[in-house]
Amino acid sequence: MSNKLKCSLCDKLATVHLTQIINNKIQKVDLCDSCAEKKGVADTEGFSISEMLASSKTLNDSRQKSCPKCGMELAHFQKAGRFGCMECYAIFSSILEPMLDEMHVGSIHYGKYPKNGLSLINQKYHKDNLKAKMDRAIIDEDYEVAAKYRDEIVKLTNAKSTREDLSHED
Amino acid sequence: MKIESLIKKVSAKSARSKAKNSSIVISSRLRLARNLNKYSFPNCASDSQRSNVLSDVEEALSALPYMKNGNFFTMDSLSDFEKKILVERHWISKELAEQKNGSAVYISSDQICSVMINEEDHLRIQFIKNNFNLNSLWKTLSKFDDVLEASLPYAFTKELGYLTSCPSNLGTGLRASVMMHLPGLLITGNIKKIIRASNQLGLAVRGLFGEGSDAYGHIYQISNQQTLGESEEEILNRLAAVLKNIVEHELNARSKYLENNKAKLSDLIARAHAILSSAHVISSDEAMNYLSYIRLAIDLGFISEEFRSLIDFLFIQIQPGHIEFPNAILSIESRDIKRAEILRNNFSKLPPLNFDK
Repeated sequence: MSNKLKCSLCDKLATVHLTQIINNKIQKVDLCDSCAEKKGVADTEGFSISEMLASSKTLNDSRQKSCPKCGMELAHFQKAGRFGCMECYAIFSSILEPMLDEMHVGSIHYGKYPKNGLSLINQKYHKDNLKAKMDRAIIDEDYEVAAKYRDEIVKLTNAKSTREDLSHED
Repeated sequence: MKIESLIKKVSAKSARSKAKNSSIVISSRLRLARNLNKYSFPNCASDSQRSNVLSDVEEALSALPYMKNGNFFTMDSLSDFEKKILVERHWISKELAEQKNGSAVYISSDQICSVMINEEDHLRIQFIKNNFNLNSLWKTLSKFDDVLEASLPYAFTKELGYLTSCPSNLGTGLRASVMMHLPGLLITGNIKKIIRASNQLGLAVRGLFGEGSDAYGHIYQISNQQTLGESEEEILNRLAAVLKNIVEHELNARSKYLENNKAKLSDLIARAHAILSSAHVISSDEAMNYLSYIRLAIDLGFISEEFRSLIDFLFIQIQPGHIEFPNAILSIESRDIKRAEILRNNFSKLPPLNFDK
Protein backbone atom coordinates (compact mmCIF):
# COMPACT_ATOMS: atom_id res chain seq x y z
CA MET A 1 0.00 0.00 0.00
CA SER A 2 1.53 3.24 -1.07
CA ASN A 3 -0.79 5.59 0.81
CA LYS A 4 -0.35 4.56 4.40
CA LEU A 5 -2.57 6.41 6.82
CA LYS A 6 -1.07 9.21 8.84
CA CYS A 7 -1.86 9.91 12.46
CA SER A 8 -4.72 12.40 12.82
CA LEU A 9 -2.81 14.33 15.48
CA CYS A 10 0.76 14.32 14.23
CA ASP A 11 2.11 13.17 10.87
CA LYS A 12 3.57 9.86 12.03
CA LEU A 13 2.44 6.54 10.65
CA ALA A 14 -0.89 5.51 12.16
CA THR A 15 -1.07 2.09 13.74
CA VAL A 16 -4.30 2.40 15.71
CA HIS A 17 -7.52 2.78 13.69
CA LEU A 18 -10.70 3.56 15.56
CA THR A 19 -14.30 3.76 14.41
CA GLN A 20 -17.15 5.02 16.56
CA ILE A 21 -20.78 5.59 15.76
CA ILE A 22 -22.06 8.81 17.28
CA ASN A 23 -25.60 10.00 16.52
CA ASN A 24 -25.80 7.57 13.59
CA LYS A 25 -22.69 9.06 12.07
CA ILE A 26 -19.51 7.12 11.59
CA GLN A 27 -16.40 8.83 12.90
CA LYS A 28 -13.01 7.43 12.07
CA VAL A 29 -9.68 8.31 13.50
CA ASP A 30 -6.17 7.02 12.89
CA LEU A 31 -3.46 7.38 15.49
CA CYS A 32 0.22 6.57 15.88
CA ASP A 33 1.43 4.53 18.85
CA SER A 34 2.51 7.43 21.04
CA CYS A 35 -0.59 9.59 20.44
CA ALA A 36 -2.85 6.61 21.08
CA GLU A 37 -1.17 6.06 24.39
CA LYS A 38 -1.27 9.73 25.32
CA LYS A 39 -4.99 9.92 24.59
CA GLY A 40 -5.70 6.75 26.52
CA VAL A 41 -7.25 5.08 23.51
CA ALA A 42 -6.51 1.65 24.89
CA ASP A 43 -9.29 2.30 27.36
CA THR A 44 -12.14 2.29 24.82
CA GLU A 45 -14.83 2.53 27.49
CA GLY A 46 -14.32 6.14 28.36
CA PHE A 47 -12.97 7.31 25.04
CA SER A 48 -14.78 9.63 22.63
CA ILE A 49 -13.48 10.43 19.17
CA SER A 50 -15.43 13.65 18.87
CA GLU A 51 -13.99 14.98 22.10
CA MET A 52 -10.55 14.09 20.98
CA LEU A 53 -10.97 15.66 17.55
CA ALA A 54 -12.31 18.82 19.16
CA SER A 55 -9.20 19.16 21.29
CA SER A 56 -6.91 18.14 18.46
CA LYS A 57 -8.24 20.89 16.19
CA THR A 58 -6.21 23.40 18.14
CA LEU A 59 -3.17 21.32 17.25
CA ASN A 60 -4.05 21.39 13.55
CA ASP A 61 -4.82 25.07 13.81
CA SER A 62 -1.31 25.87 14.88
CA ARG A 63 -0.05 24.09 11.79
CA GLN A 64 -2.04 25.98 9.16
CA LYS A 65 -4.29 28.86 10.09
CA SER A 66 -4.99 30.54 6.79
CA CYS A 67 -4.68 30.08 3.04
CA PRO A 68 -1.72 32.04 1.64
CA LYS A 69 -3.50 32.55 -1.69
CA CYS A 70 -6.92 33.88 -0.75
CA GLY A 71 -6.46 34.56 2.97
CA MET A 72 -9.28 32.22 4.04
CA GLU A 73 -8.99 31.61 7.80
CA LEU A 74 -9.50 28.13 9.16
CA ALA A 75 -11.93 29.40 11.80
CA HIS A 76 -13.97 31.13 9.11
CA PHE A 77 -14.14 27.98 7.03
CA GLN A 78 -15.26 25.96 10.02
CA LYS A 79 -18.03 28.46 10.62
CA ALA A 80 -19.22 29.11 7.06
CA GLY A 81 -18.35 25.78 5.44
CA ARG A 82 -17.07 27.47 2.27
CA PHE A 83 -13.57 27.52 0.88
CA GLY A 84 -12.10 30.65 -0.67
CA CYS A 85 -10.12 29.25 -3.60
CA MET A 86 -8.82 25.99 -5.07
CA GLU A 87 -5.63 26.28 -2.99
CA CYS A 88 -7.69 25.97 0.21
CA TYR A 89 -8.38 22.32 -0.65
CA ALA A 90 -4.69 21.52 -0.33
CA ILE A 91 -4.05 23.79 2.66
CA PHE A 92 -6.92 22.49 4.77
CA SER A 93 -6.84 18.88 3.57
CA SER A 94 -6.50 17.44 7.08
CA ILE A 95 -9.77 19.09 8.10
CA LEU A 96 -11.43 18.22 4.82
CA GLU A 97 -10.84 14.49 4.69
CA PRO A 98 -13.01 13.43 7.64
CA MET A 99 -15.72 15.81 6.38
CA LEU A 100 -15.77 14.15 2.97
CA ASP A 101 -16.23 10.68 4.43
CA GLU A 102 -19.32 11.91 6.16
CA MET A 103 -20.73 13.90 3.26
CA HIS A 104 -20.18 11.72 0.24
CA VAL A 105 -20.31 8.18 -1.09
CA GLY A 106 -16.53 8.06 -1.46
CA SER A 107 -13.58 10.39 -1.25
CA ILE A 108 -12.17 9.93 -4.77
CA HIS A 109 -13.63 11.50 -7.89
CA TYR A 110 -15.08 9.00 -10.39
CA GLY A 111 -16.90 11.37 -12.69
CA LYS A 112 -16.01 13.23 -15.86
CA TYR A 113 -12.89 15.38 -16.14
CA PRO A 114 -11.68 18.18 -18.41
CA LYS A 115 -10.53 16.78 -21.74
CA ASN A 116 -9.26 19.97 -23.32
CA GLY A 117 -5.68 20.01 -24.47
CA LEU A 118 -5.63 16.19 -24.47
CA SER A 119 -2.16 16.29 -22.99
CA LEU A 120 -0.44 13.01 -22.24
CA ILE A 121 -1.01 13.63 -18.53
CA ASN A 122 -4.71 13.84 -19.19
CA GLN A 123 -4.54 10.71 -21.27
CA LYS A 124 -2.83 8.85 -18.49
CA TYR A 125 -5.46 10.09 -16.11
CA HIS A 126 -8.18 9.04 -18.51
CA LYS A 127 -6.70 5.56 -18.66
CA ASP A 128 -6.37 5.25 -14.88
CA ASN A 129 -9.93 6.40 -14.55
CA LEU A 130 -11.17 3.80 -17.04
CA LYS A 131 -9.14 1.13 -15.33
CA ALA A 132 -10.67 2.01 -11.96
CA LYS A 133 -14.12 1.79 -13.49
CA MET A 134 -13.26 -1.55 -15.09
CA ASP A 135 -12.03 -2.92 -11.76
CA ARG A 136 -15.21 -1.81 -10.05
CA ALA A 137 -17.32 -3.48 -12.72
CA ILE A 138 -15.35 -6.71 -12.23
CA ILE A 139 -15.93 -6.57 -8.48
CA ASP A 140 -19.63 -6.04 -9.17
CA GLU A 141 -19.45 -9.01 -11.57
CA ASP A 142 -20.80 -6.79 -14.33
CA TYR A 143 -18.57 -8.28 -17.03
CA GLU A 144 -20.35 -6.71 -19.96
CA VAL A 145 -19.59 -3.22 -18.63
CA ALA A 146 -16.05 -4.28 -17.71
CA ALA A 147 -15.47 -5.42 -21.29
CA LYS A 148 -16.65 -2.05 -22.56
CA TYR A 149 -14.07 -0.26 -20.42
CA ARG A 150 -11.36 -2.74 -21.46
CA ASP A 151 -12.07 -1.95 -25.13
CA GLU A 152 -11.84 1.76 -24.41
CA ILE A 153 -8.49 1.29 -22.68
CA VAL A 154 -7.16 -0.68 -25.66
CA LYS A 155 -8.38 2.02 -28.02
CA LEU A 156 -6.74 4.72 -25.91
CA THR A 157 -3.43 2.83 -25.73
CA ASN A 158 -3.37 2.50 -29.50
CA ALA A 159 -4.24 6.15 -29.98
CA LYS A 160 -1.55 7.15 -27.53
CA SER A 161 1.19 5.22 -29.32
CA THR A 162 0.16 6.87 -32.59
CA ARG A 163 0.42 10.24 -30.92
CA GLU A 164 3.81 9.42 -29.52
CA ASP A 165 5.00 8.34 -32.96
CA LEU A 166 3.80 11.63 -34.35
CA SER A 167 5.52 13.65 -31.68
CA HIS A 168 8.80 11.89 -32.38
CA GLU A 169 8.70 13.19 -35.92
CA ASP A 170 8.78 16.85 -34.97
CA MET B 1 -39.09 46.15 -18.34
CA LYS B 2 -35.99 44.14 -19.15
CA ILE B 3 -37.35 40.66 -18.80
CA GLU B 4 -40.64 41.28 -20.60
CA SER B 5 -39.77 39.46 -23.84
CA LEU B 6 -38.62 36.44 -21.86
CA ILE B 7 -41.83 36.22 -19.85
CA LYS B 8 -44.06 36.67 -22.88
CA LYS B 9 -42.31 34.04 -24.90
CA VAL B 10 -42.68 31.56 -22.08
CA SER B 11 -46.37 32.17 -21.76
CA ALA B 12 -46.70 30.95 -25.32
CA LYS B 13 -44.41 28.02 -24.66
CA SER B 14 -46.00 26.75 -21.48
CA ALA B 15 -49.43 26.96 -23.07
CA ARG B 16 -48.22 24.07 -25.21
CA SER B 17 -49.31 20.71 -23.82
CA LYS B 18 -46.84 18.67 -21.83
CA ALA B 19 -45.17 15.35 -22.40
CA LYS B 20 -47.64 12.57 -21.81
CA ASN B 21 -45.54 10.07 -19.87
CA SER B 22 -46.07 10.92 -16.25
CA SER B 23 -47.88 13.92 -14.87
CA ILE B 24 -46.41 13.12 -11.45
CA VAL B 25 -42.98 14.28 -12.56
CA ILE B 26 -43.35 17.96 -13.32
CA SER B 27 -39.79 18.71 -14.36
CA SER B 28 -36.19 17.57 -14.12
CA ARG B 29 -33.28 19.88 -13.48
CA LEU B 30 -29.58 19.13 -13.63
CA ARG B 31 -26.95 21.61 -12.55
CA LEU B 32 -23.17 21.60 -12.56
CA ALA B 33 -21.03 23.70 -10.22
CA ARG B 34 -17.81 24.88 -11.86
CA ASN B 35 -15.05 27.33 -10.95
CA LEU B 36 -12.29 28.93 -12.99
CA ASN B 37 -8.82 27.99 -11.78
CA LYS B 38 -7.46 31.54 -12.15
CA TYR B 39 -9.62 33.28 -9.56
CA SER B 40 -10.72 32.91 -5.94
CA PHE B 41 -14.23 31.56 -5.42
CA PRO B 42 -16.95 34.27 -5.49
CA ASN B 43 -17.27 34.56 -1.68
CA CYS B 44 -13.57 35.37 -1.42
CA ALA B 45 -12.96 37.17 -4.72
CA SER B 46 -12.23 40.87 -4.95
CA ASP B 47 -14.55 43.09 -6.98
CA SER B 48 -12.09 43.12 -9.85
CA GLN B 49 -11.76 39.32 -9.79
CA ARG B 50 -15.55 39.00 -9.82
CA SER B 51 -15.84 41.24 -12.84
CA ASN B 52 -13.02 39.35 -14.58
CA VAL B 53 -14.92 36.11 -14.03
CA LEU B 54 -18.04 37.72 -15.41
CA SER B 55 -16.35 38.97 -18.57
CA ASP B 56 -14.48 35.68 -19.17
CA VAL B 57 -17.66 33.65 -18.82
CA GLU B 58 -19.81 36.05 -20.80
CA GLU B 59 -17.29 35.98 -23.64
CA ALA B 60 -17.20 32.17 -23.66
CA LEU B 61 -21.00 31.90 -23.56
CA SER B 62 -21.73 34.45 -26.23
CA ALA B 63 -19.38 32.58 -28.59
CA LEU B 64 -21.62 29.50 -28.42
CA PRO B 65 -24.12 29.10 -31.24
CA TYR B 66 -26.59 27.60 -28.75
CA MET B 67 -26.53 30.76 -26.66
CA LYS B 68 -27.13 33.01 -29.65
CA ASN B 69 -30.25 35.12 -29.05
CA GLY B 70 -30.06 34.18 -25.40
CA ASN B 71 -30.86 36.64 -22.61
CA PHE B 72 -28.15 38.09 -20.43
CA PHE B 73 -28.92 40.02 -17.22
CA THR B 74 -26.61 41.33 -14.54
CA MET B 75 -28.19 41.22 -11.08
CA ASP B 76 -27.62 44.93 -10.41
CA SER B 77 -29.56 45.83 -13.57
CA LEU B 78 -32.76 44.06 -12.45
CA SER B 79 -35.43 45.29 -10.07
CA ASP B 80 -36.41 43.17 -7.07
CA PHE B 81 -39.62 41.95 -8.63
CA GLU B 82 -37.94 41.06 -11.92
CA LYS B 83 -35.51 38.92 -9.95
CA LYS B 84 -38.45 37.39 -8.11
CA ILE B 85 -39.95 36.35 -11.45
CA LEU B 86 -36.68 34.73 -12.54
CA VAL B 87 -36.59 32.81 -9.24
CA GLU B 88 -40.18 31.68 -9.70
CA ARG B 89 -39.23 30.27 -13.09
CA HIS B 90 -36.23 28.53 -11.47
CA TRP B 91 -33.83 30.30 -13.83
CA ILE B 92 -31.91 31.84 -10.97
CA SER B 93 -31.54 30.93 -7.31
CA LYS B 94 -32.54 33.13 -4.39
CA GLU B 95 -28.86 33.26 -3.52
CA LEU B 96 -27.95 34.74 -6.91
CA ALA B 97 -30.80 37.26 -6.64
CA GLU B 98 -29.19 38.63 -3.47
CA GLN B 99 -25.78 39.12 -5.12
CA LYS B 100 -24.73 42.35 -6.76
CA ASN B 101 -21.34 43.15 -8.22
CA GLY B 102 -20.40 40.79 -11.05
CA SER B 103 -23.31 38.40 -10.65
CA ALA B 104 -25.39 37.64 -13.69
CA VAL B 105 -27.43 35.04 -15.54
CA TYR B 106 -27.42 33.89 -19.16
CA ILE B 107 -30.63 32.17 -20.29
CA SER B 108 -30.77 30.32 -23.63
CA SER B 109 -33.46 31.38 -26.07
CA ASP B 110 -35.23 28.01 -25.76
CA GLN B 111 -35.21 28.64 -21.98
CA ILE B 112 -33.89 25.17 -21.21
CA CYS B 113 -30.42 26.28 -20.15
CA SER B 114 -29.46 28.96 -17.68
CA VAL B 115 -25.96 29.77 -16.50
CA MET B 116 -25.60 31.66 -13.25
CA ILE B 117 -22.35 33.59 -12.92
CA ASN B 118 -20.78 34.41 -9.54
CA GLU B 119 -23.34 32.61 -7.44
CA GLU B 120 -21.78 30.41 -4.75
CA ASP B 121 -19.45 29.16 -7.49
CA HIS B 122 -18.21 31.00 -10.57
CA LEU B 123 -20.55 28.98 -12.74
CA ARG B 124 -23.77 27.16 -12.05
CA ILE B 125 -24.88 25.61 -15.31
CA GLN B 126 -28.39 24.19 -15.32
CA PHE B 127 -30.70 22.50 -17.77
CA ILE B 128 -34.42 22.08 -17.04
CA LYS B 129 -36.95 20.00 -18.95
CA ASN B 130 -40.56 19.04 -18.41
CA ASN B 131 -39.90 15.32 -18.42
CA PHE B 132 -38.15 12.56 -16.58
CA ASN B 133 -35.37 11.64 -18.98
CA LEU B 134 -32.35 12.36 -16.78
CA ASN B 135 -29.89 10.52 -19.00
CA SER B 136 -30.64 12.43 -22.17
CA LEU B 137 -30.66 15.71 -20.22
CA TRP B 138 -27.26 14.79 -18.76
CA LYS B 139 -25.83 14.15 -22.23
CA THR B 140 -26.94 17.60 -23.35
CA LEU B 141 -25.57 19.29 -20.24
CA SER B 142 -22.27 17.41 -20.34
CA LYS B 143 -21.71 18.34 -23.98
CA PHE B 144 -22.40 21.98 -23.16
CA ASP B 145 -19.92 21.73 -20.28
CA ASP B 146 -17.29 20.15 -22.60
CA VAL B 147 -17.56 23.05 -25.01
CA LEU B 148 -17.27 25.63 -22.22
CA GLU B 149 -14.25 24.00 -20.61
CA ALA B 150 -12.37 24.30 -23.90
CA SER B 151 -12.25 28.06 -23.38
CA LEU B 152 -12.59 28.29 -19.58
CA PRO B 153 -9.94 26.40 -17.59
CA TYR B 154 -11.79 24.87 -14.64
CA ALA B 155 -10.52 24.29 -11.10
CA PHE B 156 -10.04 20.53 -11.08
CA THR B 157 -7.86 17.93 -9.40
CA LYS B 158 -7.58 14.28 -10.24
CA GLU B 159 -8.48 13.09 -6.72
CA LEU B 160 -11.24 15.51 -5.82
CA GLY B 161 -12.66 16.32 -9.25
CA TYR B 162 -14.22 19.74 -9.84
CA LEU B 163 -13.44 22.01 -6.90
CA THR B 164 -16.36 23.95 -5.48
CA SER B 165 -16.72 26.63 -2.88
CA CYS B 166 -18.67 24.27 -0.60
CA PRO B 167 -17.20 20.76 -0.22
CA SER B 168 -20.73 19.32 -0.38
CA ASN B 169 -20.70 19.94 -4.16
CA LEU B 170 -17.20 18.60 -4.71
CA GLY B 171 -16.33 15.97 -7.33
CA THR B 172 -18.92 15.89 -10.09
CA GLY B 173 -20.50 19.19 -8.99
CA LEU B 174 -23.74 17.60 -10.17
CA ARG B 175 -27.06 18.21 -8.48
CA ALA B 176 -30.03 16.46 -10.08
CA SER B 177 -33.36 17.61 -8.83
CA VAL B 178 -36.76 16.32 -9.91
CA MET B 179 -39.97 18.15 -9.13
CA MET B 180 -42.85 15.85 -8.28
CA HIS B 181 -46.55 16.38 -7.62
CA LEU B 182 -47.49 14.05 -4.75
CA PRO B 183 -51.02 14.83 -3.49
CA GLY B 184 -51.89 11.13 -3.07
CA LEU B 185 -49.05 10.49 -0.63
CA LEU B 186 -50.02 13.61 1.28
CA ILE B 187 -53.75 12.77 1.58
CA THR B 188 -53.02 9.22 2.69
CA GLY B 189 -50.44 10.42 5.21
CA ASN B 190 -47.60 8.47 3.62
CA ILE B 191 -45.45 11.38 2.55
CA LYS B 192 -43.40 11.44 5.77
CA LYS B 193 -42.42 7.81 5.29
CA ILE B 194 -41.30 8.54 1.74
CA ILE B 195 -39.27 11.55 2.86
CA ARG B 196 -37.59 9.55 5.60
CA ALA B 197 -36.76 6.68 3.25
CA SER B 198 -35.38 9.08 0.64
CA ASN B 199 -33.21 10.79 3.25
CA GLN B 200 -31.80 7.46 4.29
CA LEU B 201 -30.83 6.81 0.68
CA GLY B 202 -28.83 10.04 0.58
CA LEU B 203 -31.50 12.10 -1.17
CA ALA B 204 -32.87 15.46 -0.08
CA VAL B 205 -36.59 16.24 -0.22
CA ARG B 206 -37.47 19.92 -0.35
CA GLY B 207 -40.35 22.21 -1.22
CA LEU B 208 -40.98 23.97 -4.52
CA PHE B 209 -38.29 26.61 -4.08
CA GLY B 210 -35.57 24.46 -2.60
CA GLU B 211 -33.91 24.68 0.76
CA GLY B 212 -36.21 25.75 3.56
CA SER B 213 -39.29 26.23 1.38
CA ASP B 214 -42.58 24.51 2.12
CA ALA B 215 -44.20 21.96 -0.12
CA TYR B 216 -47.05 24.23 -1.26
CA GLY B 217 -49.17 22.69 -3.96
CA HIS B 218 -47.98 19.26 -2.77
CA ILE B 219 -44.93 19.74 -4.95
CA TYR B 220 -41.65 18.27 -3.79
CA GLN B 221 -38.12 18.55 -5.13
CA ILE B 222 -36.07 15.43 -4.70
CA SER B 223 -32.35 15.60 -5.31
CA ASN B 224 -29.04 13.85 -4.74
CA GLN B 225 -26.90 15.16 -1.91
CA GLN B 226 -23.70 13.29 -2.60
CA THR B 227 -21.51 14.38 -5.47
CA LEU B 228 -18.16 12.66 -4.84
CA GLY B 229 -17.24 9.00 -5.15
CA GLU B 230 -19.66 8.07 -7.92
CA SER B 231 -19.81 8.88 -11.62
CA GLU B 232 -22.54 11.18 -12.92
CA GLU B 233 -24.33 8.23 -14.49
CA GLU B 234 -24.32 6.32 -11.21
CA ILE B 235 -25.72 9.34 -9.36
CA LEU B 236 -28.52 9.73 -11.91
CA ASN B 237 -29.37 6.04 -12.06
CA ARG B 238 -29.61 5.81 -8.31
CA LEU B 239 -31.88 8.86 -8.17
CA ALA B 240 -34.04 7.64 -11.04
CA ALA B 241 -34.55 4.25 -9.39
CA VAL B 242 -35.85 5.88 -6.21
CA LEU B 243 -38.06 8.30 -8.13
CA LYS B 244 -39.66 5.50 -10.14
CA ASN B 245 -40.48 3.89 -6.83
CA ILE B 246 -42.05 7.09 -5.54
CA VAL B 247 -44.18 7.39 -8.69
CA GLU B 248 -45.45 3.85 -8.04
CA HIS B 249 -46.28 4.71 -4.43
CA GLU B 250 -48.09 7.88 -5.47
CA LEU B 251 -50.17 6.02 -8.07
CA ASN B 252 -51.03 3.32 -5.52
CA ALA B 253 -51.99 5.89 -2.90
CA ARG B 254 -54.28 7.62 -5.40
CA SER B 255 -56.08 4.52 -6.59
CA LYS B 256 -56.51 3.13 -3.08
CA TYR B 257 -57.89 6.41 -1.79
CA LEU B 258 -60.20 6.73 -4.77
CA GLU B 259 -61.51 3.22 -4.20
CA ASN B 260 -62.11 3.58 -0.44
CA ASN B 261 -62.84 7.26 -0.02
CA LYS B 262 -64.31 8.47 -3.30
CA ALA B 263 -66.82 10.81 -1.62
CA LYS B 264 -64.10 12.43 0.49
CA LEU B 265 -61.78 12.86 -2.47
CA SER B 266 -64.57 14.27 -4.66
CA ASP B 267 -65.39 16.68 -1.85
CA LEU B 268 -61.79 17.92 -1.59
CA ILE B 269 -61.66 18.51 -5.33
CA ALA B 270 -65.11 20.12 -5.55
CA ARG B 271 -64.31 22.52 -2.69
CA ALA B 272 -60.98 23.45 -4.28
CA HIS B 273 -62.80 24.10 -7.55
CA ALA B 274 -65.47 26.18 -5.80
CA ILE B 275 -62.97 28.37 -3.95
CA LEU B 276 -60.76 28.98 -6.97
CA SER B 277 -63.87 29.86 -9.03
CA SER B 278 -65.29 32.33 -6.55
CA ALA B 279 -62.73 33.67 -4.05
CA HIS B 280 -62.01 37.41 -4.05
CA VAL B 281 -58.89 37.39 -1.89
CA ILE B 282 -56.44 34.48 -1.97
CA SER B 283 -52.79 33.97 -0.97
CA SER B 284 -50.40 32.09 -3.24
CA ASP B 285 -49.97 29.24 -0.72
CA GLU B 286 -53.70 28.70 -0.47
CA ALA B 287 -54.18 28.96 -4.22
CA MET B 288 -51.41 26.45 -4.89
CA ASN B 289 -52.84 23.89 -2.53
CA TYR B 290 -56.24 24.12 -4.27
CA LEU B 291 -54.67 24.07 -7.73
CA SER B 292 -52.97 20.86 -6.67
CA TYR B 293 -56.37 19.18 -6.22
CA ILE B 294 -57.47 20.47 -9.63
CA ARG B 295 -54.33 18.99 -11.17
CA LEU B 296 -55.15 15.71 -9.42
CA ALA B 297 -58.70 15.92 -10.81
CA ILE B 298 -57.24 16.10 -14.32
CA ASP B 299 -55.02 13.05 -13.65
CA LEU B 300 -58.12 11.17 -12.43
CA GLY B 301 -60.20 12.20 -15.44
CA PHE B 302 -62.67 14.42 -13.53
CA ILE B 303 -61.60 17.35 -15.72
CA SER B 304 -60.66 17.01 -19.37
CA GLU B 305 -56.94 16.65 -20.21
CA GLU B 306 -57.08 19.71 -22.45
CA PHE B 307 -57.07 21.97 -19.37
CA ARG B 308 -53.81 20.60 -17.96
CA SER B 309 -51.63 23.21 -19.60
CA LEU B 310 -53.89 25.97 -18.27
CA ILE B 311 -53.63 24.67 -14.69
CA ASP B 312 -49.85 24.22 -14.92
CA PHE B 313 -49.62 27.74 -16.33
CA LEU B 314 -51.67 29.10 -13.41
CA PHE B 315 -49.27 27.49 -10.91
CA ILE B 316 -46.62 29.91 -12.21
CA GLN B 317 -48.87 32.88 -12.88
CA ILE B 318 -50.13 33.13 -9.30
CA GLN B 319 -46.64 33.41 -7.78
CA PRO B 320 -46.07 36.78 -6.05
CA GLY B 321 -43.55 38.07 -8.62
CA HIS B 322 -45.69 37.09 -11.59
CA ILE B 323 -48.77 38.70 -10.00
CA GLU B 324 -46.88 41.98 -9.78
CA PHE B 325 -46.05 41.88 -13.47
CA PRO B 326 -46.01 44.33 -15.22
CA ASN B 327 -46.36 46.91 -12.42
CA ALA B 328 -44.07 46.43 -9.46
CA ILE B 329 -44.75 46.81 -5.74
CA LEU B 330 -48.30 46.05 -4.99
CA SER B 331 -49.24 45.54 -1.36
CA ILE B 332 -49.73 41.93 -0.31
CA GLU B 333 -53.45 42.51 -0.03
CA SER B 334 -53.81 43.93 -3.52
CA ARG B 335 -51.73 41.02 -4.82
CA ASP B 336 -54.16 38.59 -3.17
CA ILE B 337 -57.08 40.43 -4.81
CA LYS B 338 -55.44 40.40 -8.25
CA ARG B 339 -54.59 36.70 -7.84
CA ALA B 340 -58.20 35.82 -7.02
CA GLU B 341 -59.37 37.77 -10.05
CA ILE B 342 -57.00 35.92 -12.39
CA LEU B 343 -58.15 32.60 -10.97
CA ARG B 344 -61.86 33.47 -11.24
CA ASN B 345 -61.44 34.54 -14.85
CA ASN B 346 -59.60 31.37 -15.80
CA PHE B 347 -61.87 29.04 -13.86
CA SER B 348 -64.89 30.42 -15.66
CA LYS B 349 -63.44 28.65 -18.75
CA LEU B 350 -63.41 25.27 -17.00
CA PRO B 351 -66.33 22.84 -17.54
CA PRO B 352 -68.17 21.47 -14.47
CA LEU B 353 -66.45 18.58 -12.68
CA ASN B 354 -67.44 15.14 -13.87
CA PHE B 355 -67.07 12.53 -11.12
CA ASP B 356 -68.87 9.76 -13.02
CA LYS B 357 -65.80 8.63 -14.85
